[in-house]
Amino acid sequence: MTVVIRIEKIAKQYRTGEIGTGTLSHDLQRSLARLRGRPDPFARLGDLNHQSGASSKNPAINGTELQQETKSAGYVWAIRDITLDIASGEVLGIIGRNGAGKSTLLKILSRITAPTSGRIQIRGRIASLLEVGTGFHPELTGRENIFLNGAILGMGRNEISQRFEEIVEFSGCAKYIDTPVKRYSSGMTVRLGFAVAAHLECDILVVDEVLAVGDVEFQQRCIGKMKSVSDSGRCVLFVSHNMGAVSQLCNRCALLENGTLAYCGNVNQAIRKYLDSGNTGSVVLSENLENDFQFVSISTCNPDRTLASSFSFASPVVICFTYQLNCRIDGLEIGIRVISTNGPMVFSTLRSHSTTQPVRVGRHTIEITVPGEFLNPGDYTIDAGAHIPNQRMLDLRESAIGFRIEEAGSPFSQYAGTQVGLVYCKCAWRDT
Amino acid sequence: MRDNSVEHEPQVQLSFPQSEPAWTLTIVPNASLISVPFAELWRYRDLLLLLVRRDFVSFYKQTILGPIWFFLQPLLTALMFYVIFGQIAGLSTNGAPKFLFYLVGVTFWSYFAECFTKTSESFTANAQLLSKVYFPRLIIPLSIVVSNLLRFTIQLLLLILVWIGHVVKGDIFPNATLLLFPLYLLLMASTGLGVGLIFAAATTKYRDLRFLIVFGVQLLMYATPIIYPIGLAPGKWRDLMLLNPLAPLFESLRYGWLGIGDFSVGGLLWATAFAFGVLVTGVLMFNVTERSFIDTV
Repeated sequence: MTVVIRIEKIAKQYRTGEIGTGTLSHDLQRSLARLRGRPDPFARLGDLNHQSGASSKNPAINGTELQQETKSAGYVWAIRDITLDIASGEVLGIIGRNGAGKSTLLKILSRITAPTSGRIQIRGRIASLLEVGTGFHPELTGRENIFLNGAILGMGRNEISQRFEEIVEFSGCAKYIDTPVKRYSSGMTVRLGFAVAAHLECDILVVDEVLAVGDVEFQQRCIGKMKSVSDSGRCVLFVSHNMGAVSQLCNRCALLENGTLAYCGNVNQAIRKYLDSGNTGSVVLSENLENDFQFVSISTCNPDRTLASSFSFASPVVICFTYQLNCRIDGLEIGIRVISTNGPMVFSTLRSHSTTQPVRVGRHTIEITVPGEFLNPGDYTIDAGAHIPNQRMLDLRESAIGFRIEEAGSPFSQYAGTQVGLVYCKCAWRDT
Repeated sequence: MRDNSVEHEPQVQLSFPQSEPAWTLTIVPNASLISVPFAELWRYRDLLLLLVRRDFVSFYKQTILGPIWFFLQPLLTALMFYVIFGQIAGLSTNGAPKFLFYLVGVTFWSYFAECFTKTSESFTANAQLLSKVYFPRLIIPLSIVVSNLLRFTIQLLLLILVWIGHVVKGDIFPNATLLLFPLYLLLMASTGLGVGLIFAAATTKYRDLRFLIVFGVQLLMYATPIIYPIGLAPGKWRDLMLLNPLAPLFESLRYGWLGIGDFSVGGLLWATAFAFGVLVTGVLMFNVTERSFIDTV
């Protein structure tokens, strides 16, 4: 098996905050102020003052000390020191929390941004699918957009013409292929975009979370297509939060944590590490609390409210989450989905099934109790979502937290290791 | 070559150093500044044509006049100049028929102005696209130059029609240097592209330069001898104006088409040197910015 991608010590650094002040006149003013020894007129409160020396009131500040501080302030390493070899025929899953650096790595591989240091060597044609429907122009028809999108992704005109029928058939938009894309529903746009991308001739396919859009049928199609790509011996890099899809598709998995490669190898091991990481049974979800609704943190606990991440079969699982609602929203619905890490969603439950009281404004906590003797032993993740049914999604956290149901004490414990189903259903058996 | 027993192991065996084919692509932090990836640009030629097509088609879809707009713009502008500058202000055109004088200037000027303004916006206007997919970034400015060329060709037909009318009438005296106009066009394209690339690179960091472009182009039009022949300007103003690399182009243009103008080889050499210099600088700045502008745009 030949190595098709060799990543050597790749690192990417970003500057945080505003790059300059954004306008030439302000930047000139800032430089002028600096030259004259005056304070920066555009520094925000709390920022380090770039001026030191004679005008500084504090003679104790050593010039070099301040210099070092200002040098490192405002830079962040999105990814650091990643070294990885990927062979042809491999389907590599890349998982990690939000902000772990997955998309940055993909952007560098796709040559959208340049690395700060390190080197990547690639063998063969690489095609990236970071967004479905890139470059679609709303005034052009579906047919014209297929050609445009295909060309943007790197296909030649002939290639596209040869595959045109297949693409249209795969997308299911044959009837509307000659209407302008601005008339399409969002689902059709996504299907069309993916249909074009799915027929890319390439040696390496890089896919970033495109499964996050579209309905279940579409997602299954995507997975099916990626499976056929990998079956034909090509290499696929797949970034996703959907542990089910990752375990279905990938034969190797890389876990990124805070910009570094924490683990690379067996898929189940990587998923387990991902779920366990920082999992004291509680996860902080967001610091940005400006949206109407935000999940603040989520945790799993025992019935006595102690934090835990694994539970015995008989024990109820209490899921606690704290949310912040900034203004009253009518029709707000909150739900969670429990998903097995093998793929399928086990069940979902909505707040309105239990209470019709409107959700309280402010920061509050909600507890959900999953009854014991229900989920069979295994690993599960929880998606939490707040939405107005059929209207809009306010906040969605996929794979927000994971937990495990232990084998010990379950009625199927002697069948450990075999598939006994996702749930335990107490059926009545009667000899007649 | 495929050893199936190895496939199931998580670790990859790398033990065929002699038989590995060469790497096709290497991604490194710093690319060479002056390089233009010609081979890659050729490979993406279909994309170039499709972008040109997109610009054209989206321009007149769902419009009532459709492609006629391409004629209306220079026609109405020249007409307006004829009324305001020709009749009301009474600016002399040194004996050339006024309407044709303005039409020649307007047709060629709009080519330059469009090249410049569209190129300088190309990064920010396409930021969404450029942040999601890779293709050689120069394709976008090149597609702008080509689609403007097509638009110009259509407008040229109108110009030729009016010009023939005057030739028949006998009040203009064109000469052989008329055939040089593709060269002037090339120099205008090159200047427009070069300055456009410089501004495109600069506006990713300083957004206020965009405003400079919009009204700067308008002012530049008045500073270039489009509405008046350069002979109208007194001594020192004239020398100042000749510093504008576009001035000799328009004068020589009119000399060829109308027989009245200030054809100067020195001026043309200056225009050529400027066009070349600004193009090289533009490509350089573009290359510097292109690789990481996504981080700051």
